[in-house]
Amino acid sequence: MEAQQYKSDQYVRFCPGCGDHAILMALTKAMASLGIPTHQTAVISGIGCSSRMPHYLATYGFNTIHGRGGAIATGVKTSHPELTVWQMSGDGDCLAIGGNHFIHEIRRNVNLNICLFNNRIYGLTKGQYSPTSPKGFVSKSSPYGTVERPFIPAELVLGARGTFFARTLDVDMPTSVDCMVAAAKHKGAAVVECLVNCVIFNNGAHSLIADRETRADRTIILRHGEKMLFGKDKEKGLALDYSSGVIPRLTVVAADDERVLVHNAREKDPTLHRMLALMDGEAGLPVALGVIRAVEEETYDEAVNRQIEEVRSQAKAKTFDELTQTLERF
Amino acid sequence: MERQNIVVRFCGDSGDGMQLTGNMFASLSAILGDEISTLPDFPAEIRAPQGTLSGVSGFQVNLGQGVHTPGDKADVLVAMNAAALKVCVLGSAFAVPGARYDAGVSMLKRDAVIIVDMDALSEKDLEKALYKTDNPFTELGLPETIQVVPVRLTQMTKESLSESGMDMKAILKSRNMFALGLVCWLFDRPIDKAVHFLEGKFKKKPQLIAPNVKVLTDGYHYGQNLALTVNRIRLTTCQEAESAKGHMTSIAGNKATAWGLIAAAENAGKRLFLGSYPITPATDIMHELAARKDMGVMVVQAEDEIAGVCTAIGASFAGDLACTSTSGPGLSLKGEAIGLAVMAELPLVVIDVQRGGPSTGLPTKTEQTDLLQAMYGRNGECPAVVLAASTPADCFHYAYEACRLALEHMTPVLLLSDTYLANGTSLWRIPTLAELPAIHPQGVPSEMKGHYNPALRDERGVRYWAYPGMEGYEHRNMGLERDSERGTISTNPENHQLMVQARQSKIARIADELPLLHVEGNEHSDTLLVGWGSTRGHLLAAADEVGCAAVCFNYINPLPRNTAEVLGRYKRVIVCELNSGQFAAVLRAHIPGLKLEQVNAVSGQPFQVEHIVEQLIR
Repeated sequence: MEAQQYKSDQYVRFCPGCGDHAILMALTKAMASLGIPTHQTAVISGIGCSSRMPHYLATYGFNTIHGRGGAIATGVKTSHPELTVWQMSGDGDCLAIGGNHFIHEIRRNVNLNICLFNNRIYGLTKGQYSPTSPKGFVSKSSPYGTVERPFIPAELVLGARGTFFARTLDVDMPTSVDCMVAAAKHKGAAVVECLVNCVIFNNGAHSLIADRETRADRTIILRHGEKMLFGKDKEKGLALDYSSGVIPRLTVVAADDERVLVHNAREKDPTLHRMLALMDGEAGLPVALGVIRAVEEETYDEAVNRQIEEVRSQAKAKTFDELTQTLERF
Repeated sequence: MERQNIVVRFCGDSGDGMQLTGNMFASLSAILGDEISTLPDFPAEIRAPQGTLSGVSGFQVNLGQGVHTPGDKADVLVAMNAAALKVCVLGSAFAVPGARYDAGVSMLKRDAVIIVDMDALSEKDLEKALYKTDNPFTELGLPETIQVVPVRLTQMTKESLSESGMDMKAILKSRNMFALGLVCWLFDRPIDKAVHFLEGKFKKKPQLIAPNVKVLTDGYHYGQNLALTVNRIRLTTCQEAESAKGHMTSIAGNKATAWGLIAAAENAGKRLFLGSYPITPATDIMHELAARKDMGVMVVQAEDEIAGVCTAIGASFAGDLACTSTSGPGLSLKGEAIGLAVMAELPLVVIDVQRGGPSTGLPTKTEQTDLLQAMYGRNGECPAVVLAASTPADCFHYAYEACRLALEHMTPVLLLSDTYLANGTSLWRIPTLAELPAIHPQGVPSEMKGHYNPALRDERGVRYWAYPGMEGYEHRNMGLERDSERGTISTNPENHQLMVQARQSKIARIADELPLLHVEGNEHSDTLLVGWGSTRGHLLAAADEVGCAAVCFNYINPLPRNTAEVLGRYKRVIVCELNSGQFAAVLRAHIPGLKLEQVNAVSGQPFQVEHIVEQLIR
């Protein structure tokens, strides 16, 4: 299948230059590469710029209400596990109004592919700070700077015992496609944090890492089984530094240093995944992109359906008329 | 003594097993062909401080013939402790200090019989129940017409189980079975059936069967041997019940609701999906469905009320029969999502087991105060079907009907039940699946393959239903307004006007297939009692008493076609409801110029028939 076949006939109304255009492109490419037919795919969203996504796709789509995409997607996938279900959400939709559904779909490990568009701003309501806006961020609703501490989405995912977390950048098309394909193939709740730019209300939201000149030094693309190397010529690597006390810290070393870590996304213990996901581009540590964590565990939808089958296979009464026979009759 | 019907109230501490005792007694009576109507009345606390007025738990059952309600007042009271005695005699746990028996507010009739555990009236017991003297009967001002039968329930239960090897705590927990045995003797109920029930009840704890059976039997024999100085009561048995013999059972409203959904799913050929969150008094619906995996029912206990309805909407979008169950506070939280189902035109069944409100209100008490919330509690012009059940047993019928209307008309249907129906039981004639009306879920014509969009409607104005997995019908549904032809997002003003009307008329048209109103009682009277939902029994009883007509609505939106005509026939139309006039407001809006009188009560309790009659005569 071609990426084009996953696009609907609707005119794409994202603002010119918006990072969502790139994510839409990456998503259709990922869908084409997966080759799952459009009628077996459902894309569920809440409300926000990113939640317009279903309209632009040729799959089944449901653009629902603010924050509830996760709960609705849970209903779709649990009742029909044979479908491939995507959830499109933003930092407001997913982490503010829909925060409860977000942590619980992850806790249950519902087999969903969740694209979390993080532009650190409310775009559709025209520019208020979001739960991921940095402290001090000036917006229409925080004219003197927000005094709130932001969420780091990866921490929420790991805190909810998430089995999959990946991160990508709107301008990095290959990584975006790779992350989405990996998310779709992962059995369980797979969160792909898409760092996107909002040209209108938060232009340069991720410029620290998105700028072409500095990107290679300020990001690292993690691949399972490969050494953690970055820089223009992959001349730098990540290692654990034990010198500062009991808790080791990540540090940058030369690529040929024997301490350079090899990425293991399948490690059940999330400690190192968390350290990698928390690197914020400061102190010389690069922002981690790619699949940071991918651990297989039983999914909720599988378990629920299996339990029903098990009970049914041993039940004496399987129909209403058989059920009423079990009643005390007068 | 032979009576047509009799009201028995079991009352004790919330740990005394009064609900089990009452339910068993009601079922034993139903086996004999009695009609039954029950009213459990328990505190919100799981275990309030023992022996206190706030911890009193009651169970009232009316049995016999012509039973419409659990009865205003009891003929027989079984009081397990001092607090229960006080609450029942004075009519409430909140009577002022020094209050005495008053026939108007007491839970007991003037000629009632009180069976009371004398061992539970010690100084300490009386103190906990805030008595001022050491003679509770004098202090409560019991009239001489009330007969007190003192029984040493505790002592005799201890004696009965002295050789059982059970510890004292477990022995004392069996007091209720002694009381049940005694009442079975009093009413000539078959003890062998009670034994059979106990075996079922303790299937998982077989070591408890023998001691409970022993206490029960000893209680029965106690009555027999000592020939208690009270007349045994014989009820005239119901002849009509003969024809249905072998097809009847007693069922609680919540269970009947759950089973109605199960039956509907099977007849519709759909998987039943329930998304729900625990809330009193609706939770038993989720419990029942979670246990019915044998029927293929899928239950998601969601993270909150909103997720309860939203997972259901997701399942509906994917083609299932989807339901959510809740009570008033939960309905408030679900409002926006129900609006989404209205806008997306997806089938959805929302069950609201009403309780006392507003806010957390009275979680274990009954009210009809969610009617307007069910009708209008959503943003925008947001019509949905609203139904209400009338008896515990007909919760089955209306749950089934809610599913049928939702699936055939692509709309949310709100079914109103309440605490009174949810926990109460009545006789249910067990149907077979084939007897129930067929359900034809809306589908999509195959010629639309490749050209389908979610705005396409049939001649009834009902949107065609295609869902994921169906090849060639891929589409985008949404909560945004859609173009009436293409199904895509539209902000066009004329289109919005058109769509508002389309959603409205789709619901209005359903009235064409609903049963017409049926007047009961003396329909030639010039006075009509009007009610809806669970007050039906009280209205019929009141109408019988004063010789007027009564009509009870089960379809609230849309209203039956002949509503204006029926109400127009009567000189006095009196709307009786357990709120401050919500249905009266709906009727006034529906029938301009209609003159209505109102009888309202919002006390958290079902109507008292007497209260309605008094208002009528006044």
